[in-house]
Amino acid sequence: MTYLDLPSYRDQSPEVADRFRRLKERPVILEVKGLTKTFDTAQGPVTALEDINFCTHQREFVCVIGPSGCGKSTLVRTLAGLEDYTSGEVLLDGRPVHGPGPDRGMVFQGYTLFPWRTVKKNVMFGLELAGRGRTTAEEEAMQWIDLVGLTKFANSYPHQLSGGMKQRVAIARALANQPRILLMDEPFGALDAQTRAKMQGYLLEIWKNIDVTIVFITHDLEEAIFLADRILVLKAHPGEVQELIEVPVPQPRNASQFLSPEFLATKRRLEELIHPPGEETEEGINGDRLNMVRMVPVNAKVESVF
Amino acid sequence: MNKPWFAVRKELSSRRRTFLAVMSFVFPLLVWSLVSYVPFIWHPQVEIIEPGEVDYFRTGMLVDRSIFEQELETLRAEGRELPTGTRTNPVYLPAPHEVARALYTAFSTEPQRRNENWLHESLANSIQVIFWGFFLSSLIGVPLGILAGTYVAVSRLTEPFVEFFRYLPAPAFGALAVAILGIHDAPKIAIIFIGTFFQQVLVVANTTRKLDPSLLEAAMTLGARNGGLLFKVVIPGIASDLYRDMRILLGWAWTYLIVAEMIGASSGITWFITQQARYKNFDNVFAAILIIGIIGLTTDLILAWLGRRLFPWQRAARA
Repeated sequence: MTYLDLPSYRDQSPEVADRFRRLKERPVILEVKGLTKTFDTAQGPVTALEDINFCTHQREFVCVIGPSGCGKSTLVRTLAGLEDYTSGEVLLDGRPVHGPGPDRGMVFQGYTLFPWRTVKKNVMFGLELAGRGRTTAEEEAMQWIDLVGLTKFANSYPHQLSGGMKQRVAIARALANQPRILLMDEPFGALDAQTRAKMQGYLLEIWKNIDVTIVFITHDLEEAIFLADRILVLKAHPGEVQELIEVPVPQPRNASQFLSPEFLATKRRLEELIHPPGEETEEGINGDRLNMVRMVPVNAKVESVF
Repeated sequence: MNKPWFAVRKELSSRRRTFLAVMSFVFPLLVWSLVSYVPFIWHPQVEIIEPGEVDYFRTGMLVDRSIFEQELETLRAEGRELPTGTRTNPVYLPAPHEVARALYTAFSTEPQRRNENWLHESLANSIQVIFWGFFLSSLIGVPLGILAGTYVAVSRLTEPFVEFFRYLPAPAFGALAVAILGIHDAPKIAIIFIGTFFQQVLVVANTTRKLDPSLLEAAMTLGARNGGLLFKVVIPGIASDLYRDMRILLGWAWTYLIVAEMIGASSGITWFITQQARYKNFDNVFAAILIIGIIGLTTDLILAWLGRRLFPWQRAARA
């Protein structure tokens, strides 16, 4: 098998290069410095994250990707303040953050909508806590619900919605607080392929139109390339930053770019990083493979599937 | 379409469901009727119609069939006048129509003796005792359970003792309760309180702990803190499960009622039942027991209906 003649993922067209130059001139929203997290287990201390450094600029879309067990969920939960860290610093607008807060919105894979609240009331949750009056909160909530196209379902309960709709409510609920940064932990992981593709389109639409910086966790390489300005690639055991890739695919994105040379080049690079060659033999040695013998009778009508 | 009646965990049509629900009552009633009205099924005794020349037989007396037959044999051998009688059930098993009549007369005719209460008076008294016992228990038990399920500190401070205390049988406190609270309703309410409260704290705490923790995490990222989490997430989040727990606990409270009413001055439905049993009015006894069942089932059905109204968002989970 031969590879198509692909450019390097580092080759950027002048427009893309210019965009990245301007992007890096934007103010820094989130800065992570030397973030390390270890926790104690029965087998001794385990390092989940080791010396993570990166920063995101205003209205940037960063995807975090890595093999399973690399701590990408831990990273985003730590940024949200749901988990403690051992050392390092997390700065939001230059100020250290401790504990969860409405300045960092979060969208979980499992929707986590409040089942006893209607769509409207779910979106109003943060606004109520922020001390908005009932009518103001309701008006604001309806704007966000309209933004994600669910006005018709404002008075429905979450159990009446499909998975994609639930996740749109969750996004609206997080955005209603107007967070500085939106953290998304594999938000589309539970959706089927078509819904997922649609949701990616919606998310880019939303991101384009409001002032929000997004950190998006995924294990889907194409999703990461399609959505991100830059991709943070993590490595497992311990979780470290392997590379911060600037996606050379021009913005604004559309579905036809999935087969563009820049896209494929980036995908090849991600494949190399996440499934490095030689890994399979290593797994073979560990014995993690099928143990097949031929179980088709010799006189079977269909002797071979090939 | 002829769908099978027995398919593992497959729903039945609503007509079949109703039919089976009715049958679940018809079937026991049928067994009771068979035993009561078909003379050759069971009927272990004989009601004397004519005593004949047996000197201790009296008209209307019930004797065991074996004794009756023995006497019959003896008299026949001696060629004297034979007693007659019909096969009947013991006095403690009245027939359905007798219980139905007792149900009616219990509400329509005045009690024969002055110290007796009307059935509905007895019932009202019992319901009052249950209500106060359950209400006072819930007033403290529910908030304490929610706090114990939310804060580990509260849980550690209360649950070990509660766990110990719930093994102490509530009726054992009967004498103590009478000594402290007198002989009227107060000690009875106390017994129901003791019987319900300690279970309630543990059940409510467990229900609270079962709340999906990711809902709490989501609420925190939306800006909720301690009080907000408790009042805007924990309490509304467990409300429907809590409601279901309360329905079950109310059933337990009823089981403590009989014990509670026997201590101090007997009262309420238990007094009615023991009194009627003493006079061998077993039809009244059965009527009273049936009434308890009917009240229990009706309350539960009403509460279930109310629950569907209160928690419309739960409907999908059940359907």
